[in-house]
Amino acid sequence: MIRFTDVSMQYGDGNEALRKINLYIEQGAMVYVTGRSGAGKSSLLRLIALIERHKRGQIIVNGQNLERVTGRRIPLFRRNIGFMFQDHRLLYDRTVFDNIALPLVIAGHRYQEIRKRVHAALDKVSLLNKEKVSPIALSGGEQQRVGIARAVVHRPALILADEPTGNLDPALSWDIMKLFEQFNQVGVTVLIASHDLDMIKKMNKSIITLREGKLLTHIGLTINE
Amino acid sequence: MNKRTTSQNNGLNLKRVFKVWLMQHAQACIYSIGQIFKSPVNSLLTTAVVGISLALPSGFYLLLDNCQRVAAGWDNSTQISLFLKLNIDEERALSLADEIRLFEGIASVDYISRDVALEEYRQKSGFGDAISALQENPLPSILLIHPRIRSLSSQDSEKLMQQLRALPEVDTAQFDRQWIQRLFAIIDIVQHVVIILSILLAIAVLLIVGNTIRLAIYNRRTEIEVNKLFGATEAFIQRPFLYSGLFHGIGGGLIAWCLLSLSLLMLKAPVLRLAELYSSDFSLHGLSYTGLLLLIATGASLGLVGSWVSVQRHIKAIEPN
Ligand SMILES: Nc1ncnc2c1ncn2[C@@H]1O[C@H](COP(=O)(O)OP(=O)(O)OP(=O)(O)O)[C@@H](O)[C@H]1O
Ligand SMILES: [Mg+2]
Repeated sequence: MIRFTDVSMQYGDGNEALRKINLYIEQGAMVYVTGRSGAGKSSLLRLIALIERHKRGQIIVNGQNLERVTGRRIPLFRRNIGFMFQDHRLLYDRTVFDNIALPLVIAGHRYQEIRKRVHAALDKVSLLNKEKVSPIALSGGEQQRVGIARAVVHRPALILADEPTGNLDPALSWDIMKLFEQFNQVGVTVLIASHDLDMIKKMNKSIITLREGKLLTHIGLTINE
Repeated sequence: MNKRTTSQNNGLNLKRVFKVWLMQHAQACIYSIGQIFKSPVNSLLTTAVVGISLALPSGFYLLLDNCQRVAAGWDNSTQISLFLKLNIDEERALSLADEIRLFEGIASVDYISRDVALEEYRQKSGFGDAISALQENPLPSILLIHPRIRSLSSQDSEKLMQQLRALPEVDTAQFDRQWIQRLFAIIDIVQHVVIILSILLAIAVLLIVGNTIRLAIYNRRTEIEVNKLFGATEAFIQRPFLYSGLFHGIGGGLIAWCLLSLSLLMLKAPVLRLAELYSSDFSLHGLSYTGLLLLIATGASLGLVGSWVSVQRHIKAIEPN
């Protein structure tokens, strides 16, 4: 599903965020990316989502070489991915329903189809009764769940979640991780960046550890240079 | 762009692709109307400025149009009186008239014989008796020349006058209404001023609409980012802003039309009074339906171009992070 070969990336200011990363994540896997603050977790997800571009090396996602995904191919590529952010990035000027419907509207689905799928997603995150309110009227955990519903509503092959449980209490975080696990069980590849090591260990999934832009462990294996 | 998207997805047929395209246009259209009503004051202000900017040159244009209609009536009454020397007989005068008809810029030439001239003068002047007392007819025969004044520049007409004066049979030549030529020259200048004004105001409309759209884009950058993140094409993101520019332009066209109609209504009575004083049946010519359509089309295209420029410049700069 995802293969990194000797991938390095730099931000505009010359800050090298990732160095010679080699990793492989197979289809249908659920993998955590962890590491200290500034280790490069977000940068790794951004590369996969084409928010940033890598300098050297090769990235293959879903059989596509990311170097060749440029210009007008980027939107099509992204339609196969579901995103989730720590800061929700919900749109507060519209209802929960409309927020979740966004990826479907973009893909040009018809209203009946959209309603069916949004309701199914809302049902999954147990927010059916909130579809008509603005996300601003929801608690942090509820907003996070709306974000998850939006990330899965278009049935992407890959979900990228950056600190999806950022500042939620442990019980809520656990619920949300379980939700991701459910989607993973129906075949979606899930990649979650998180520094909540305790919970990650409890989830008992593959872990990728980064330190200062380098790969420390890969799916349980320690990398030695 | 969309076509490729959908057909690549599933190899769907063209009809379905077209349907999606149409549906997304409808969505963008409705959405942008919603956005306009979400900030009605801002939208109204922009539309009003567009309207006034369109109304000003159109108003000037109408004014000019009406002036030209009035002046066109005067045009026919413009004439050159060619007083012939007293020793020119009727035969010579008529052949001279024929010659002059061949000159450039001449519409018609009328011959007034000495006797006719005297008769007219007798009737009009009220000096009938005094004239009857004269032994000999003191009046020369006259050629009345109607030049095609509009096709004549003032230089041309000066040349024509010189040409006429140089004729050996001619005693004096009098241009009756030189002022109308001056009027046409002034109208010509004002016409150019209106063109320049129109261009400047068109640029102003572009800037105003562009700025409004720029602000709208700025206010919705989060939305644009999220849209891009979930795979929206540039076309998808641009569409509502383009529709918004289009609607501001159309609205501006309608407002301009209202302003013009209102102004014409207010001018109607005084113009009628003036026309009565001149015992003329002149009335103001308003905007035709073609004019209205033209106004709306101009507004629409300016709005579209203004928003397009803004969209090109500002949406590309917004990338998700
Ligand atoms: N937009 C940016 N411009 C320049 N440097 C950046 C940018 N974003 C991140 N960095 C740098 O890249 C490195 C990796 O950052 P990244 O955000 O990937 O870390 P992270 O593991 O996600 O950290 P955190 O847990 O705090 O979110 C850091 O040194 C950071 O300073
Ligand atoms: Mg991060």
